[in-house]
Amino acid sequence: MIGLYHPGHSLIHRAPMLLKLALLSAGVMIVGLLGEPWQLGAALAVVFGLYLVARVPLAPAWQQIGPILWVLLIAVPVQALFAGWTVAGLMAGRLLIAVALAALFTLTTTVTAVLEGFQRMLRPLRRWIDADRVGLLVALTLRCIPLVAEIVTEVIEARRARGTQGSLLALAVPVVVRSLYAADAIGEALVARGLDD
Amino acid sequence: MSSISFDGVSHAFGERMVLRDIRLNLTERRVGIVGANGSGKSTLVRLINGLITPDSGTVTVDGLNVARNAKEVRRKVGFIFTNPDNQIVMPTVAEDVAFTLRRRGLTRDEVAARTTAALDRFGLSQHADHPAHRLSGGQKQLLALAAVLVAEPQIVVADEPTTLLDARNARRITELLLGMSQQVIVVTHQLELLAAFDRVVVIEDGRVVADGTPEAALGSYRALLA
Repeated sequence: MIGLYHPGHSLIHRAPMLLKLALLSAGVMIVGLLGEPWQLGAALAVVFGLYLVARVPLAPAWQQIGPILWVLLIAVPVQALFAGWTVAGLMAGRLLIAVALAALFTLTTTVTAVLEGFQRMLRPLRRWIDADRVGLLVALTLRCIPLVAEIVTEVIEARRARGTQGSLLALAVPVVVRSLYAADAIGEALVARGLDD
Repeated sequence: MSSISFDGVSHAFGERMVLRDIRLNLTERRVGIVGANGSGKSTLVRLINGLITPDSGTVTVDGLNVARNAKEVRRKVGFIFTNPDNQIVMPTVAEDVAFTLRRRGLTRDEVAARTTAALDRFGLSQHADHPAHRLSGGQKQLLALAAVLVAEPQIVVADEPTTLLDARNARRITELLLGMSQQVIVVTHQLELLAAFDRVVVIEDGRVVADGTPEAALGSYRALLA
């Protein structure tokens, strides 16, 4: 979602976010119940087909799915040792399919769509919860991840330039101070954009 | 044109007086505000949309008292900050522009149409679905402009909008500000960008020390700096 969204106009891109989320949950659950290798093989083929429909290029998809292979590299031999290769293979297949499905959701859904979906789900609770405000909170949290990452990078650079590399304090203090300044400035910008009303 | 008046405005941060008895009536289309760091000019422009409420005196925008009608005034006044990073709220470019139009009673199609038009106007169409934080500094400031202008304010206030930009982007942003139909108030240190303005106000130590055509006002400002 944060910079992972891959623009497109496929059926999967256009499907309502809540429907996609429901299908994702159902898909992961079904994959968890499948017990035969051929069933998992079929599920894998279906997921592959969904990627083709969504026309997500290989590189961003690999970026999402690749890291799980490292986990499998350790988990599969351990599992095989205790339960045999069939069980280990099934576990690997289930995990791979679940991650691929989740990645497909992330790659084809904008943050706005996710926020709107959650706001719709919270609407029955509006007497107790301000859905817009919750949405804004989530959006800001997502937005602040790259912002804080940038602050950390800059502080590390400054620390290196001044030759105070080892000190954790020289990292933590400026990062916290600058994050608080940024929070103030963002608050000001939100007020200027009319979000306190 | 809109009119912004400061009537006997003073303000202090703790012990430090930042503005002393400011009396100004800004009705010109293009107004530049210059002054040294810490002279009080950023505080002055923050009074216009009620980001800061003065300790004494009143600020009015088109006859509306800012202290009492802050919400209404903010709908009239768009504000551009120095660092566009702080102004970007949503993760992608188009979403951030559309964010301004929330809670304005517009349909989804109207929001989409106005967002597309704003992105087009500021040359950001091909970045619509890109992550906002990956834009260049110049593009981020263009995004900030698009996100403010999409709301069609009557007045645009910009606090050092070009300070973080290279010369070409600074010129581009300034030209865009100059070309707007709105009344534009710009705080800047880049004096060469002010030549085409209608009026320049010089602030020094919380007071207005020069006020007039760019030539006259900048002449006295340069003398002050020397």
